[in-house]
Parts: sequence; C-alpha cells; structure tokens
Amino acid sequence: MKAAVLVFPGSNCDRDLKRAFEQAGFSVDMVWHKDTNLPDGVDLVGVPGGFSYGDYLRCGAIAAQSPISRALKAHASRGGYVFGVCNGFQILTETQLLPGALLQNMSTRYICKPVGLRVENTDSAFTSAYEKGAVISVPIAHHEGNYQADPDTLLRLNGEGRVAFRYVENPNGAVEDIAGILSENRRILGMMPHPERASEPLHGGTDGAALFAGLAQALVAA
Amino acid sequence: MLDPEITPELIAAHGLKPDEYERILEIIGRTPNFTELGIFSAMWNEHCSYKSSKKWLRTLPTEGPQVICGPGENAGIVDIGDGQAVVFKMESHNHPSYIEPYQGAATGVGGILRDVFTMGARPIAAMNALSFGAVDHPKTRSLVHGVVRGVGGYGNSFGVPTVGGELRFDSAYNGNCLVNAFAAGLAETDKIFYSAASGVGMPVVYLGAKTGRDGVGGATMASAEFDDTIEEKRPTVQVGDPFTEKRLLEACLELMASGAVISIQDMGAAGLTCSAVEMGDKGGLGIKLQLDHVPQREPNMTAYEMMLSESQERMLMVLRPEKEAEARAIFEKWDLDFAIVGETIAEDRFVIMHGNALKADLPLSKLSSTAPEYDRPWVETPTAEAVEFIPEIDPIDGLKALLSSPNYCARGWVYEQYDTQVGADTIRTPGYGAGVVRVAGTNKALAFTSDVTPRYVKANPFEGGKQAVAEAYRNLIAVGATPLATTDNLNFGNPEKPEIMGQFVGAIKGIGAACAALDTPIVSGNVSLYNETDGRAILPTPTIGAVGLIADIDRDLIDGTAREGHWAVLIGETRGHLGQSALLAEVFHRVEGDAPPVDLEAERKAGQFILDNREMISACTDLSDGGLALAAFEMAAASGTGVSLDAGDAATIFGEDQGRYLIACSTDKAEALMVAAGQAGLAIATVGKFGGTQFSIGSASESLDALVALSSGTLSRLFD
Repeated sequence: MKAAVLVFPGSNCDRDLKRAFEQAGFSVDMVWHKDTNLPDGVDLVGVPGGFSYGDYLRCGAIAAQSPISRALKAHASRGGYVFGVCNGFQILTETQLLPGALLQNMSTRYICKPVGLRVENTDSAFTSAYEKGAVISVPIAHHEGNYQADPDTLLRLNGEGRVAFRYVENPNGAVEDIAGILSENRRILGMMPHPERASEPLHGGTDGAALFAGLAQALVAA
Repeated sequence: MLDPEITPELIAAHGLKPDEYERILEIIGRTPNFTELGIFSAMWNEHCSYKSSKKWLRTLPTEGPQVICGPGENAGIVDIGDGQAVVFKMESHNHPSYIEPYQGAATGVGGILRDVFTMGARPIAAMNALSFGAVDHPKTRSLVHGVVRGVGGYGNSFGVPTVGGELRFDSAYNGNCLVNAFAAGLAETDKIFYSAASGVGMPVVYLGAKTGRDGVGGATMASAEFDDTIEEKRPTVQVGDPFTEKRLLEACLELMASGAVISIQDMGAAGLTCSAVEMGDKGGLGIKLQLDHVPQREPNMTAYEMMLSESQERMLMVLRPEKEAEARAIFEKWDLDFAIVGETIAEDRFVIMHGNALKADLPLSKLSSTAPEYDRPWVETPTAEAVEFIPEIDPIDGLKALLSSPNYCARGWVYEQYDTQVGADTIRTPGYGAGVVRVAGTNKALAFTSDVTPRYVKANPFEGGKQAVAEAYRNLIAVGATPLATTDNLNFGNPEKPEIMGQFVGAIKGIGAACAALDTPIVSGNVSLYNETDGRAILPTPTIGAVGLIADIDRDLIDGTAREGHWAVLIGETRGHLGQSALLAEVFHRVEGDAPPVDLEAERKAGQFILDNREMISACTDLSDGGLALAAFEMAAASGTGVSLDAGDAATIFGEDQGRYLIACSTDKAEALMVAAGQAGLAIATVGKFGGTQFSIGSASESLDALVALSSGTLSRLFD
C-alpha cells in the first residue's frame, strides 16, 4: 500500500499525516509541489493541513494551481484515493475535486479545540471502520472552516450520502454542521478536523485512528 | 542623498548620551559619519548591549553538566540524552506590541523562532507570557485582541504548537503591555550551529526575505521610555510574514544538513549590523559588506537604512565556498533570496561599501567589546509592612471572585486561538500547569512552563525572584518532569531610577539563588528595560521560562485525573501567608504585605518527593496564586469530578505558602505516600476527597459545572 503526502510551501501538518498513514501500514513518499508526477503505484494521496503559500489569498487557491495539483487531479480521475485535511480540504474544494467552499469562521477567530463529530455515513473506505451515528472526538484547528455550498449541491450531498461527518456542536458556522464530505465515487474525503491529531493514546484520544485503519483495510481488500 | 550633519540633536535622537558619543570619538579618532553613528547607536542601545544589566546578569548560574551552551548565543542548549538537545530562549517584544499589537506580537514570535532554528533546531513548542493593563482601560481591549491574534497568526501559520504561557492584567501595564515569547526546538548535539565566523575570505551570504525600511531604529526605540508621542513611532515596527519564515526554516535545515554552513546568525534587532558584528566578533575576524548585493524591497535605500532595517525573516551566513551552488539551489527551491553580500577579512574592521562609496569603516571588535557598561546606582526595596486584619469570607464566594477575575479565570479564550497541537506530539495542551510535548520518534517528552508573580516581585524583589523560579520548578515537577534549565525574560522600568534598579538587582539575586539551589541554570534570556510611560513603571516582571525532561513517558509522566473516591492530599507546609495574595487583591482590592518566603531547600525536597513517588500519583498540581482553593478547583475542573475540601479559614484555603503540591490518589496510595513523606520529613495531609458533582469547602458548596461555566466565561464576557 503506497501513499503520498503532498508538500506545499507552508504545509505544516505534512509530517503528522505521514506518521498517521505509516501507523496504518502505508509506505509514504513526500511529494514536493513543484513535481509534476506522483510516484508510481500510489494508491492514496494525502493533502495535509497548514497554510499553503501562506494562505494570504483565498485558502488553498494558489496550491490548487501548483504543478502537483494537475497530477492530483489525474490520480483522482483514475479513481485513486485522496484524503484532504484542513488546508487539504480547502485545496480540494479549490481544485474542484470536492464541491463547495470553506469560508472564515463565524467568530472571525482561529479555533483550536477538540470537537464532537457524528459519523453520518460508513459507506466509504474512510468511514468504514466507524459505526453509523457514532460520535467521535477529533480536534479542529482553523480560521476558515465554515463549509458552504449552494442548495442544489447540499441536496445532492445529502441525497447521495456524501456527508461523512457533521459537528455535534457547530464551531464555525458550517452549513448543516458539515465537517467533512465525500466525492461522488466516495474515494475522496475532505474534512476540517484533524484525525491525525487523535490517533494515539498520547493525543488524549484515538478516535481518529479508525479512519486510517479503515482506509488501509479497504485498500488491502481491493 | 546627502547624509545629515552630525549634531548634538542627531546624536541624542540616536539614544546616545554625550559621554557615550565621546567614547565613540575616542575609539575611532574622528567624527563618525551618519551610517557609522547609526551602527554605534544600534550596537550600544540598551536592547542590544545590556549595558545596565550586564554586571548583574554575570552573577546568574549558567552552568551544569546538562548545559551544552549557555547565554551569549542565539539560544541556550541543554542535553536531553541520546544525542539530542533542546534549544530554547524567551524574548520580549513589548514596545512594538504596544505600538502595533498584531505585528508587534507576530514578529516577537517570529524572532524567537528564528533564534531557535538558527542553531539547527526544529521548533517544537512555543509559549507566550502576556501582561496587559486594567481590563477597563481604553487601550486594553484592542491590545488583547491584537496581540492574541498576532501570536496566533504567526505561530499557527509557521506551524509550532503553543503549549503554555501566562496572561495577566494590572493597571501598572496600562501604558506598557508585555509580550514575552518563548520557543524551544530540537537538535542533534553533533549538528548545532553557532554564530562565530571562521576562515578569511569566506563568503558572507544573505538569506531569506528582502530588506525594506521597516523597523529602522527599532532597537533604539525599544530602549527608551514612552511618552505621548508614541503613536509617531509606528513606522519603527516591523511586519511579519510567517510563510516566509516557514520556508526559511525548511531551507535553513536543508542547508545545514548539506554541510554548507560555517556559521549562521539571524537578523533580529538592528538587523544586518548586529548579525554581521556578532559573527565577526565571535570569530575574531573583520567583515566587509557590499550593500549593492543586499536584496532590497524598496528602491533607493541608503546604507544607513539597510544597516539598521529590522525587516523580518532574514539570516546571515558564512558559507563554505565550494558548496555555493548546492546552497543556492536549496534557496531557489524554497523561492527565497540568496545573495553573497560580503566576505570575512583578517583585519579587525567593519567595512561597509555602497556603490563605490565607503559608508562605514569601524574597528569591528570594539563595536561590542567596548560598548558602555554601567554600574547603575540602586536602592534596596523597603521591607513590606505586615498585612492588617483580613476578614473571614465564605470560601466559595472567595473562589467565585477569583474565577470572575481575568487574572485567575480559565484561559481557553486565548489558547483556543492558538494551534496547540500541530506536529501531533502535544501531550498536554496549555491552560493547566505545564505543557508537554513528545520528542518525536522517541518515548521522551519535554515539559514547558513560564511563571512569575509580579506583585510578589514588587513587594520583595529577592523573594519574588526566587518564587518565579520555584513556581516554574513546581509546574515541571507536577507533570513528572525533571527540571533541566531556565530562560529569563527580565521586564523592568527605567534602570536610571535607583528604586527600579533595586528591583532589578533584588530579583536577579533571587533568581540566581533559586536557580542554583534547584539546579536549573539560566541558559538564555533577554532584558527589557524602560517599560515606563510618563514616568510610571510596570510591575517588575522577570518571566521565567523553564524546561523539564520526561525521560520515559510511560514511566514518568503524571497526566492522569482525579477520580471519584480519590483523596486530595496536600504536600508541603501550610502557614497561611496572605500577603500579596490573589484573595487580597481580587476580593478585598488590597495590595498589601510581603511576598511569601521561599524555602529553597523545602522546594527541592518536595519536588524530589513527587518525582520519587510518581507512580503513586494520579494527578498533581502545584499551589500558587489562590492557594488550595484555586488548585483544587483547577484539578477538579480538569478531571470533571467534584471535590469536598475540609473546612478552613481564609488563610488555610487561600494562603499562598510556597513549596506545596496538591495530589489526587487512591486510599492505599495515600497511605503509602503518608509513610514515605514521614520518612522524608515532609509535611503531608489529606485535605479532602474527590467525587460527586459539587465543589465544597466545609459547608459551603456550589456545583462544579456552575463554577466551570463562570471561569470559562470570564474572558469572553470581558472581551467578546
């Protein structure tokens, strides 16, 4: 099982994501944003958290134009798995691999704290190891995590069971408490909370570990 | 552009006293030109030269078997075993933060991070000790919002977890807020980089962001008192760019790994001047700079401006010439400037060329070695009067008053604006005792705390100085960490006033005594003087940052919670000291009495006892402000379980005697601890029992949830 973690200038959760992937059994390559190709045989691409290009413009907007993002889109169109966390989720909406957008938090402040998430759908590799309706605790750490989408998109996301996680208590104003969504083929997940920060007992909770384990299991089975 | 003529007014505007100017004339044997005057003023201001404090700083204990590098470099370095070292320092950015809170605080964080990674260490933890004026002062609100956003804006983007700090409010800070930024990084002991240049004719390389006009004269500004013209000083504040800093970090670490670096120094206060002089001076070499090659953000910059600019995210390096291509490629990869701007020379000269013009030619070693040094007159702080009668109060009412105070309420409103977990190694987030971060890839962890109680220091500088170190020591012990070393950030008023200098001297003596007794040498630090506005000084605030080692997380870490049925056990002697206490200040609005005395031998004994009995302790916290009441509340709140404390008078419940810890443990463990403490000759007593949903002291009681809601809502009520 091969994973790649993209590294943009300003990515700062890249090593954290690598470690979480490795714990789940993946071998991981770090891929520089100026590269034009992913390593051969990559099953899963991680788009990490951070402040790509400083995020002085719309978050993720410049990263979406990076050379590696073309390779990312090609990987996705081949049916490859993609997992975007935080800034990674923002980048996935900017590349339009996922619909909607992440706006500034309602409080206009950066928020870092553990939040409760309800697992809305277990019909994906990412969520397969959870029980539907389970409430898990995973930290958030963002300034622009307020997910918004137009009514048609929301209708589709809901109708197709593509809302993976909802906040139990909405921290940022996200529409319908949405914390993470799946692509149409269910192989791309973008989420604001950081499961890689809740994957070892020392983190104070391990509710995020099942996401990586489920992903590994699904890939082994496939 | 013609350089201005050197006049007494120009000399004074550079913060140089007439006798200091005479010294310059003696050293160079001629009138300095404008650029040279600027260079001297940058090197000789209080901020860079420590001219008022040096005499006393030398008395601090700075050595120990654990110390790899003490004060004098960019940061201190301490051995943590297995070929690894922790590199740390704390530094103030007070004046800039008062003038421009967001950028002032942000660049304070940026500066301290650079100090750490300049030495080859990847930053793994940050803290921020913040002091603001009274909450109802018209400037406080905007300063709080600006500073907290600035700290978060920089640290969050750079990607360092903020794991601790302090927050206080007092009208003494109305005109001078304090922003003390701490950073710690991890390095391998055989891959540490220093600033001393070596080799003649070696290229001097400029790295990072371009040079602009921001911050010109900043260090001189930071060495003066404020008055009502302060707003005019805004252009001397630098602007931070955490994105560039993050790239600079990664590029520097790659560069260091490539073997290209002979020596490296960040450009902080007084930018190019200070960094170049430092590298030359430490290496016993001269430096020649050709300013035309300096990457510039603005056109037509003068030599004076380039030499004094405090533009952020810049480094100066002496390069192994054969590695130039490799080094350049790394910086191009990260889209950062890389320019050879000069070379090392054998003669003791600091030569600045701009075009064909010689803009400065000064004896380099004399710029720092002959900086003025003062033995400023000082007077002992008078002994505080005893506290007069303190009426008894309902202990829950007293606790509620503390929890409603911005000084003793929950700090979540601040910490939730900081990324406390980036790196995914944070074991304990800030808000309750020391922060703890795992050493990545090992089973070791480091604990971090920052402490000082300024009203103690004001009442009694010597005991207050000791107390700051002792509280930091206890906070490390309480998580099971062995204290390693400390950094001091000494914030005081105008040292030219003997009573202020007396506070400084007293505090240094106290800090020195405590660091020696507790084996926590000072390995780095910073002094910020002239924190006065219109003649009114801040409370003396010597912030102590301390680092401890948890050698084996599974064995040594104390990070549990108090549970139903656990005993509340108090270690250390309670005498009921209420002088300068939180209770007196917040409930009775009285600032009276002496600081609590600190028995360093007792501190050491109690600390060692906790470490020796770690496995019997479920939860542990030190007793400090607010005494037993606040310590028990914080433990109960963190554990999510109520507690019932034995009845006691105000002195027992709120007294701030030092050398004490509150422990939660099961009955059999409590019995074993009693026996062990008896053998160690240490005072120990059960003072209550955990359980239920109420927080009770004797017959007074309130629901824990209600108290938690009160505490966690205070800052939001004041500042949202």
